Amino acid sequence: MLHIKTPKTGRARRELKKIAPKLVETGKKTLILHGTKTSNVINSVLTEIYHLKKDNAVKYTKRNDNIRPFESGGETSLEFYSLKTDCSLFVYGSHSKKRPDNLVIGRTYDHHIYDLVEVGVENFKSMQSFSYDKRFAPLIGSKPFFAFIGEGFENIEELKHIKEVLLDLFHGQAVTNLNLAGLDRVYVCTAVSSNKVFFTHCALRMKKSGTIVPRMELVEVGPSMDLVIRRHRLADESLRKQSMKTAPELKMRKEKNVSRDVIEGKIGKVYIPDQQVGSVPLPNKSKGLKRERREAKTKGEGKTHVDKKPKQQDS
Amino acid sequence: MGEQSSNFEVDLGNLMAFDPHHHFSTPPSREELVKESIQQGTKLVQAIADSLFSLTSTEDRDGPIVKLPPPTTRLPREKPLPKPRPPTKWEEFAKKKGIKNYKKDKQVFDEQTGTWKRRYGYDRVNDDNDVPIIEAKLTDEPGQDPFAKRRTEKKQRVEKQEKNRLHNLKDAAKVGALPSHVQLAATALPITGTQAAPKKISKDELGNVAGMAATATASGGKFDKKLAGEKPAKHDKKYRKFLPVVEGSGMGSLERQQTDKVLNKLLSSNSHNILDVNKAVNFYNVKKDKKRKHQGKDQGKTSSTSSKLKSKKSPYKKMSKKGSSSEGKSKRN
Repeated sequence: MLHIKTPKTGRARRELKKIAPKLVETGKKTLILHGTKTSNVINSVLTEIYHLKKDNAVKYTKRNDNIRPFESGGETSLEFYSLKTDCSLFVYGSHSKKRPDNLVIGRTYDHHIYDLVEVGVENFKSMQSFSYDKRFAPLIGSKPFFAFIGEGFENIEELKHIKEVLLDLFHGQAVTNLNLAGLDRVYVCTAVSSNKVFFTHCALRMKKSGTIVPRMELVEVGPSMDLVIRRHRLADESLRKQSMKTAPELKMRKEKNVSRDVIEGKIGKVYIPDQQVGSVPLPNKSKGLKRERREAKTKGEGKTHVDKKPKQQDS
Repeated sequence: MGEQSSNFEVDLGNLMAFDPHHHFSTPPSREELVKESIQQGTKLVQAIADSLFSLTSTEDRDGPIVKLPPPTTRLPREKPLPKPRPPTKWEEFAKKKGIKNYKKDKQVFDEQTGTWKRRYGYDRVNDDNDVPIIEAKLTDEPGQDPFAKRRTEKKQRVEKQEKNRLHNLKDAAKVGALPSHVQLAATALPITGTQAAPKKISKDELGNVAGMAATATASGGKFDKKLAGEKPAKHDKKYRKFLPVVEGSGMGSLERQQTDKVLNKLLSSNSHNILDVNKAVNFYNVKKDKKRKHQGKDQGKTSSTSSKLKSKKSPYKKMSKKGSSSEGKSKRN
């Protein structure tokens, strides 16, 4: 025996709709948490990432002892938190003797771990250490520019992976309409060596130039750090295929049988099959009669009113 | 310092630019690294901006708005694609018949009152409940309440609709396309094929069943480890009580008590057949006294009442005699 459960308040209904899977997805939320032991560096890294993504991030303050993202059993807590907060990106910071200043950036698909990248943070400079004119400070939620420098991002597996992950982490949302006046931040990533990426965040200043395109000027504002790639886990091939699927209605369709002529304009081709003169079925005669009667009735309204026969009662 | 090439890979949808050709000729120091990165970054951003500002923009009060092209680098989704909902029974029927859904006005002109009324809701057109008089048809049977009939019909229609709705939702749930705000919950687990909902089990009943399950082991649950908080079994496990062979001085006659108990049980269950002698005697005496009182006043009436009383007593006595005689026989045997 099944019965239907629907939320009784409008608010509950709206919340459920927000969490439900959509055809075109809005931005991913990030979960920031830390493990048993953290260092000062990691603490500030986590808070700064949270500030960069204030709009759509959730930061947990308590320490979580049982999270080990790379181990098979240690990710259940992460998946549970991802489900509860509806976050599909997470940043997990920890510190140990073997892996000092460790940061694990991961993504989830359907609230199960999709892929992971483990990096070590070196040469960290926080936002407070940069001095600049505060007028140019970037606003929260603005769409950033990305600049990836270095051939390593194309050739080396780990660097390719971290490029994708950093893009996913900071790009916000895929928008169609963009206000050009509101562009004010850039993330610059340089592949220094085969396992090291120099990451920094700059504010953007658009200066007047002669043309429509303004002259760009970068001012370093945000956190800058060296990311040393330690471990990484790519996504399962089948899972990757599934997650990259787009809805069939969103696929671009080629318009067939349409061509353009200079003289005549738009021309379309219409294909007509051969006429089968002998095998066309004749129309149902009685149906035709009914329609005629109906039409006659509507034409001659008010003149004659045909009485309906009373229904025969079953004995 | 490094090679420069203007072949950047620009992904406009993501506002991303990638320079694959840049090399650092010598391992740079920290400041050099930073400076060069920012320099290159500026170049890349300039390249993106070039193509960005050349898009057609519409003027808005906040600034020029451009329509971004879709991004070239594909990023994975966070949740699986929603599946399309299968058509409902009505939708299939409408498609087959060619019924189209036309837009209807919210207000309809009511002929009866000559005003504009709602199509549905409070104070609506053609409300079934508002009709004061229902004319009888030739087909109607006398004795039927047409208003009650209308109400039952409406109820049936509503139930049918609910059943159809549940059926449609179940079909959608089978495909995995249940709407986000709906959940199908099982009210009860179907154990048998009947439609009846099983009654709610109380705490005691659950305890009994749990106890039975616990003792359903080879050694009767005696050696099982108890969980934290589990109470010991209520039943003593001994189902038969045997009397001691030799009676001690302190105890009373246990055997006599045992047999008395059994006897009382037997007799009490058949007590309606057995005459309570004391009660019957009191009853008779009281009536006799009353009869004597009334005899002084009215002779005719008392005789009739006494006869009535007598008639009541006699079957009672007869039955008791039969009962007691049979029971006496069983006792002896």
